[in-house]
Amino acid sequence: MSIDNNVLSPDDLDFADAPTVVSVRNVSKRFVIRKDNSLKERIVTLGRTGRRHSEDFWALRDVSLDIPAGTTIGLLGPNGSGKSTLLKVIGGILEPTEGEVSRRGRLAALIELGAGFHPDLTGRENVFLNAAILGLTQDEATDKFDDILAFSGIGDFIDTQVKFYSSGMYVRLAFAVAIHTDPDVLLVDEVLAVGDEQFQKKCLDKIREFQQQGRTIVLVSHSLGQVQELCDSAVVLHHGEVKFQGSARHAVANFREILEGRRVAEAEAAGESEDEINPGSVDAVQISAPGRAPGEALRPGDDLYIRITMSHRSYIDDWSSGFKIENQHGHLVYGTDSRKIEFRGAPLEGTTTVEYRLQDLRFGPGPYFIHCFIARATGEHIAIQRDAARFVMADDPKHLGMHRIETSARELSA
Amino acid sequence: MTTVNDRFDRLRSEPLVPAGRPAGGTVGSLREIVGQRQLLDLLIRRDLKSRYKDSVLGFAWTLIRPLVQLFIYWLILGQILGSARAIPEFAIYIFAGLTIYGLFSEIVSGATGSVVANAGLLKKVYVPREIYPLSSVGGALFNFGVQLVILLLATLAFRAFPSDVGILYFFPTVALVLIWGTAIGLLFSALNVYLRDMAYLVEVLMMLLMWASPIVYSWQMVFERASSGAWAWVLPFYTNNPITLAVLGMHRSFWTAGGPEHYPDHLLLRMGIAIAVGLVALFFCQRAFAKLQGNFAQEI
Repeated sequence: MSIDNNVLSPDDLDFADAPTVVSVRNVSKRFVIRKDNSLKERIVTLGRTGRRHSEDFWALRDVSLDIPAGTTIGLLGPNGSGKSTLLKVIGGILEPTEGEVSRRGRLAALIELGAGFHPDLTGRENVFLNAAILGLTQDEATDKFDDILAFSGIGDFIDTQVKFYSSGMYVRLAFAVAIHTDPDVLLVDEVLAVGDEQFQKKCLDKIREFQQQGRTIVLVSHSLGQVQELCDSAVVLHHGEVKFQGSARHAVANFREILEGRRVAEAEAAGESEDEINPGSVDAVQISAPGRAPGEALRPGDDLYIRITMSHRSYIDDWSSGFKIENQHGHLVYGTDSRKIEFRGAPLEGTTTVEYRLQDLRFGPGPYFIHCFIARATGEHIAIQRDAARFVMADDPKHLGMHRIETSARELSA
Repeated sequence: MTTVNDRFDRLRSEPLVPAGRPAGGTVGSLREIVGQRQLLDLLIRRDLKSRYKDSVLGFAWTLIRPLVQLFIYWLILGQILGSARAIPEFAIYIFAGLTIYGLFSEIVSGATGSVVANAGLLKKVYVPREIYPLSSVGGALFNFGVQLVILLLATLAFRAFPSDVGILYFFPTVALVLIWGTAIGLLFSALNVYLRDMAYLVEVLMMLLMWASPIVYSWQMVFERASSGAWAWVLPFYTNNPITLAVLGMHRSFWTAGGPEHYPDHLLLRMGIAIAVGLVALFFCQRAFAKLQGNFAQEI
């Protein structure tokens, strides 16, 4: 597909000026969970007792959200936090109990991909049916059929009944149809994790292309890396309420706190003592670079010292510590731990500090974030402190990417 | 390829609309359904295509079932029990009734299960949900058309081709069945999401209704037995219910052997009133459907 010269990169977009494509106003959604399901049971438990046999469950509580055009927004939250419900409310599939949702533009939903496929029809027939469901006219679908077929990579199987498809083929075809409907708003629910690696890459490329074309994407994903990488902003839901709304990076951090809180709560419920739940901790992390003031940008060739202070409540004979360095998109740039570099500390009870020295740093320009952890001999983390420290590599017009390499060029005459 | 600014300008010029069902009541729903007629068409085709896919005789089954039914009724009721002596051209009489009743029962039972059958679609994307029961109506109409062709061939074979103006009764007859069938189908399809008992209830109802309308016996027989005496109060209900009227209308169109004694007075007027009442019923059933459809995706 050709790239239009007028296409702006997402950074150039003026989001303050962008029209709102989805507006969610004080939306609440209640599910009634009934414990009786047949007519007889319903009649027997009619009235007052009937209410005892049903339970209210608020999947969303007073959620408000404005999504400007051209943004990619991630929905994060633990299982059952209301992400998918919110996506379905935006898609008009569920009606909110309270509040209202309004939107504009063409919308395509990638929810439960291929659910609309009829197993007895051929791939071709299903493409046309699914395209019509997503709002394409017959003529438009005919025009785009070849593109859809090419993207899906289904080939000659297109005239086979889809019940004979593998699950991967099924999803590829469904995805191909959905992205060829020219949506202004694309709702994506957990479906990017399907297909083989090559197809996943194709999907991600397509999503980036969509972003450049100013389309709006609402993404539900459990892959935090993916959210950080793709999304401009993110919303964290917990028990149906918006816990956080802001940059993807901060949202991911916030979401991890919720998960950690839940782990502690589950462990407490299981009757574990404080020592068992939190046997150790990373207490402090300091970084320094010789010759650089604190906060000053690092330059290639600098050394970096990472000093991790950690503690363990009870006696532990064999343990390890380590760190991971990520860029702002959540990509792991570098990481190691004491086992890998064959460093072994003394048995620990109480507090200790380990210093790592990283020689001759050659990262690309931009901010970097350090996560530090203490782990058991098996490698299982005891405690991790995310974003424990941050440093910036100085800007450098000569390089792109995460790494710096001295590159020279010469012309070879023929 | 649209540029970002073009897209934004276009979006800015579009009004914000509520997600899902548009406001505007019945008119809004109607407009929405008309906007999706291509999809409706595809869904009808899908149902018809998938119904007999992978069967050797395929489409022929659409014909085999009613023909066998016709044969049994004709043989058992007509020849062995002797109804044919009371009703001239009994084969055509019975097939005309069965054809129109088949349309009604297929609309109602097909529509009742339609929303649940399309659960996969319904949970994935918003399209006006009336589409699903309506696609059942479309499929039933198609089968009705096929049977109608057989009926006409049969009238030719029996040299009783309907050539008088009575054939015009066909149009109000079909309208009557379509309106009432759609109304009941819409209501039941929505209720079936909440109570799966509806599908079984419909089976029983369809059997009852079949024997409660003059398909295998004649209206005249009921009239003679019930016009006086303790059961007289039943007669108006029996005569004026839309199914009886439709069956009578069908007889009037295709069964040329009948005389005026086989029909109640003012049949056309009765049908007109039933159609008018049916339209009101359709309106209320659609409102009920619209009210109930908001929770479809979570109840299925």
